[in-house]
Amino acid sequence: MGLLSDPVRRRALARLVLRLNAPLCVLSYVAGIAWFLALVFPPLTQRTYMSENAMGSTMVEEQFAGGDRARAFARDFAAHRKKSGALPVAWLERTMRSVGLEVYTQSFSRKLPFPDETHERYVLGEWGVPGPRAHLGGRGLGWVSPWRVSWGQEAQWEGKSLVGIGGLEKGGLQRPTTVTLRSPPPYCIQMVSGTNVYGILRAPRAASTESLVLTVPCGSDSTNSQAVGLLLALAAHFRGQIYWAKDIIFLVTEHDLLGTEAWLEAYHDVNVTGMQSSPLQGRAGAIQAAVALELSSDVVTSLDVAVEGLNGQLPNLDLLNLFQTFCQKGGLLCTLQGKLQPQDWTSLDGPLQGLQTLLLMVLRQASGRPHGSHGLFLRYRVEALTLRGINSFRQYKYDLVAVGKALEGMFRKLNHLLERLHQSFFLYLLPALSRFVSIGLYMPAAGFLLLVLGLKALELWMQLHEAEVGVEEPGGAPGPSVPLPPSQGVGLASLVAPLLISQAMGLALYVLPVLGQHVATQHFPVAEAEAVVLTLLAIYAAGLALPHNTHRPLSCRVVSTQAPDRGWMALKLVALIYLALQLGCIALTNFSLGFLLATTMVPAAALAKPHGPRTLYAALLVLTSPAATLLGSLFLWRELQEAPLSLAEGWQLFLAALAQGVLEHHTYGALLFPLLSLGLYPCWLLFWNVLFWK
Amino acid sequence: MAAAMPLALLVLLLLGRRGWCLAEPPRDSLREELVITPLPSGDVAATFQFRTRWDSELQREGDTDHYFLRYAVLPREVVCTENLTPWKKLLPCSSKAGLSVLLKADRLFHTSYHSQAVHIRPVCRNARCTSISWELRQTLSVVFDAFITGQGKKDWSLFRMFSRTLTEPCPLASESRVYVDITNYNQDNETLEVNPPPTTTYQDVILGTRKIYAIYDLLDTAMINNSRNLNIQLKWKRPPENEAPPVPFLHAQRYVSGYGLQKGELSTLLYNTHPYRAFPVLLLDTVPWYLRLYVHTLTITSKGKENKPSYIHYQPAQDRLQPHLLEMLIQLPANSVTKVSIQFERALLKWTEYTPDPNHGFYVSPSVLSALVPSVVAAKPVDWEESPLFNSLFPVSDGSNYFVRLYTEPLLVNLPTPDFSMPYNVICLTCTVVAVCYGSFYNLLTRTFHIEEPRTGGLAKRLANLIRRARGVPPL
Repeated sequence: MGLLSDPVRRRALARLVLRLNAPLCVLSYVAGIAWFLALVFPPLTQRTYMSENAMGSTMVEEQFAGGDRARAFARDFAAHRKKSGALPVAWLERTMRSVGLEVYTQSFSRKLPFPDETHERYVLGEWGVPGPRAHLGGRGLGWVSPWRVSWGQEAQWEGKSLVGIGGLEKGGLQRPTTVTLRSPPPYCIQMVSGTNVYGILRAPRAASTESLVLTVPCGSDSTNSQAVGLLLALAAHFRGQIYWAKDIIFLVTEHDLLGTEAWLEAYHDVNVTGMQSSPLQGRAGAIQAAVALELSSDVVTSLDVAVEGLNGQLPNLDLLNLFQTFCQKGGLLCTLQGKLQPQDWTSLDGPLQGLQTLLLMVLRQASGRPHGSHGLFLRYRVEALTLRGINSFRQYKYDLVAVGKALEGMFRKLNHLLERLHQSFFLYLLPALSRFVSIGLYMPAAGFLLLVLGLKALELWMQLHEAEVGVEEPGGAPGPSVPLPPSQGVGLASLVAPLLISQAMGLALYVLPVLGQHVATQHFPVAEAEAVVLTLLAIYAAGLALPHNTHRPLSCRVVSTQAPDRGWMALKLVALIYLALQLGCIALTNFSLGFLLATTMVPAAALAKPHGPRTLYAALLVLTSPAATLLGSLFLWRELQEAPLSLAEGWQLFLAALAQGVLEHHTYGALLFPLLSLGLYPCWLLFWNVLFWK
Repeated sequence: MAAAMPLALLVLLLLGRRGWCLAEPPRDSLREELVITPLPSGDVAATFQFRTRWDSELQREGDTDHYFLRYAVLPREVVCTENLTPWKKLLPCSSKAGLSVLLKADRLFHTSYHSQAVHIRPVCRNARCTSISWELRQTLSVVFDAFITGQGKKDWSLFRMFSRTLTEPCPLASESRVYVDITNYNQDNETLEVNPPPTTTYQDVILGTRKIYAIYDLLDTAMINNSRNLNIQLKWKRPPENEAPPVPFLHAQRYVSGYGLQKGELSTLLYNTHPYRAFPVLLLDTVPWYLRLYVHTLTITSKGKENKPSYIHYQPAQDRLQPHLLEMLIQLPANSVTKVSIQFERALLKWTEYTPDPNHGFYVSPSVLSALVPSVVAAKPVDWEESPLFNSLFPVSDGSNYFVRLYTEPLLVNLPTPDFSMPYNVICLTCTVVAVCYGSFYNLLTRTFHIEEPRTGGLAKRLANLIRRARGVPPL
């Protein structure tokens, strides 16, 4: 304060900021990136440790031996599922009841804003004809087909050079083929309806105040049968034990995450996403923790764990520690992001491998989509993670008993919990399964990047200020002179139009694609999903063309004043502050997203001005726009997974990701799409506006 | 709904209904009985009842003053042997003889349901109620689980349940009986076989349905002397299928809805599964003060329509003094689900008011439902003193109804909880920030600014000006 109230010292500081601005900005940006890269090295990354006392020291002995039973259940389930073509609800009910659970079902239906092309949904049409939709059917452009390799399948790659079996071969790397048949669908594809089945194991002599959840999401394809088998076998084993203090809910959901979301909303009796579902008949108190299981083979080579949830939420680190404890105890091979754990952290190899895992985690967390059905539990403050069984070409395999024992151990320790998991970290990054970076250590990286924006804004503010002072008093008399109201008024008025127009563009980007899909499908030969994506891109691109038309009448007035630069400077100042504010808020809630956007958007934002090499700036600005960031992230992500993309595939994946982003916003309440369209895209347009200021 | 109720010590200060007062009840008497009810799921329920009466010199003075009526509930109490041992010591024969030899802690706590109660009340000794006796009634109900205790087998015996058999009656007992529910679930043939075959049976209407009980009287010397012990065995003639258990006419469920730590909603679902009879239910809710109820959000809906309660009594909470009390009389339409919901806001407690395990959550006591449920079979009014003790658990008012009191499950609600490792740091940090901000703002606000003309004098300045002149720069 003393520094600021003393005019002499303030001027000295101002001069420092002005003169050293460029080097300071560069330094700050480099420091931010370097800090982030340094996170994988041991002083910054720490070994994980169990904080929760109730789960740490107590010993449990796993007795699960129902491997054969699990396989038998899985076979039966798969057979019944094949026969009925949907989730065999009656069979599940019967089986759950026979192992002694209290069984309930819940039916739900959800009208999607537009058809989901990545998942085959068994749809009850208007004529009540359930039937699987042919995947490579006659609808849509060719780029529909590779959507099959969506972000949900990434766990299929593991280790250094192992390419697992999974969605890749099924439809992923085909050449895009253009199909010309575009008849309207004979049934209402957008209505998804299904039934969840859940059984409650009531803890003996307890009052049903707390519960744990084991959930298996079942999609429309025939995966996850083994997970259902293991769930049932575990239920049978757990039912015979006397030691349970918390109820255990065994949940099998239909339509993957849609079912999970429907169940969670009904359990908490809220309606967040416009899901229609029947109310739940049975409840079991407050859910303390949940584990989602995905298994599609009788044997597994490794277990992959997914922690990233909706909007980048993470479960308490203790839950992951618990999983890791039982991985070690059972000698299981456990992976994170499909990557094995580096052993040697002292040399450079370990940290470099850790960096890959860390980047993968950052990309996944930044996407804000739930990576597994556990991601939806996090909204309700239920700590949850997803375990995926991976079956690759590795020699040593584990059977279901090993997986079952790990799960049994986890549930028994969770059963010991006295309080909700709260002791350990909620905000962390993971370079490996046994290493973490806490929030205190990774935040400076984002802080340094945002400092660039702050410095630039300060420079602009001072320049604006000096320009005013310079105009009025050429001698530069000392003293904090307040800028005169009329000159400021003109400056602000010229900002209103670009701000409003860019925000309106954002709003259009948010609203129009879904609203206008029917108009688009009527007038153009496209399907709904394509219509949405193409409208998105069209509006996005239209935003770039706008500024040439908008500020011309205003710029005349600005030019007429004595300082011609003041218009764009004021606009850039506002844009910088707006961007810094947004990125700061995002980095606090979802560090990965904030950091990723800051890394890309900050340099272009700092450089944008209507002088100098404009084409270069424009190219840079386009390359760092939110959409380009998404495209780049896709390439980086596949590169890190050692499954590089060609340009065409990348483009198709990009289109798929756009559609998925919009869809997930509507179905699960993912915030990435509104954030980009309502917040960052308008802000980015402001910089575009600055660049083409006349 | 079927959750194990915490031990509730219910002190009935009120006299029972007039019909309960006998002219001359037996004095210093002990009646004990055990009711075994095999359930179609393969589980078996066992209910012990012990009733002791003794004379008292206390005189009854008119009607009880309702002002002194108290209701308290402890929503969280895990029953264990510490509850059982003192309870057993109240029995005249302790656990030495009679039915109480079966009360072995390791078996009783190997069950899926456990409920233990002590009721004490005065009983009139004559019609004008000039002198009274005290009645102590102890009940213990357990449900043995086919999956946990029975290891999948559904045939039971006393030995399998309690790892003991009956050898002798309690010498102090005036009545000591074991009742086994042998009601046929199907009309055509017997479903259950008991061994040894009972000498007598007893028929009555319990909970609105007709029941048949086999009676084993321990005071009947022939009963035990034949084999020196009595080990009643139950055998299902046709193993019961895995089907959903029959649903009672009235059941209820309670839960907290919503997420986040600011607001929430308490919802109680009341199920009336009777196909054609509607009946009223008295719902009593006590909610701790730290859930601030919004009474205007109280909604009661049945079958999609608003259900207006015929009586509401609400006593608002006072912070740290008294909980909310909400009592309503609601008519439940036939075959319907009634949802009673009320929104609340979670209060922020003072930091010393949190329990040692605040992240566990705070318990909210169960709602209490009292109802007269219509019977399927009309019951005849019975003589309370002559009929078995379990009959009075579900008193029948006029033959077409029976009285039921239900407790819903207690709730666990999370309150906004500070991180208790942090307060010190947070307080220090905030105080520093406030002090720094306040200090400098105060400084700025109280200081008067005036422009100071640069002084002409000063050696340093003169020197500097000399240099500047040499450089050709305007002087300072």
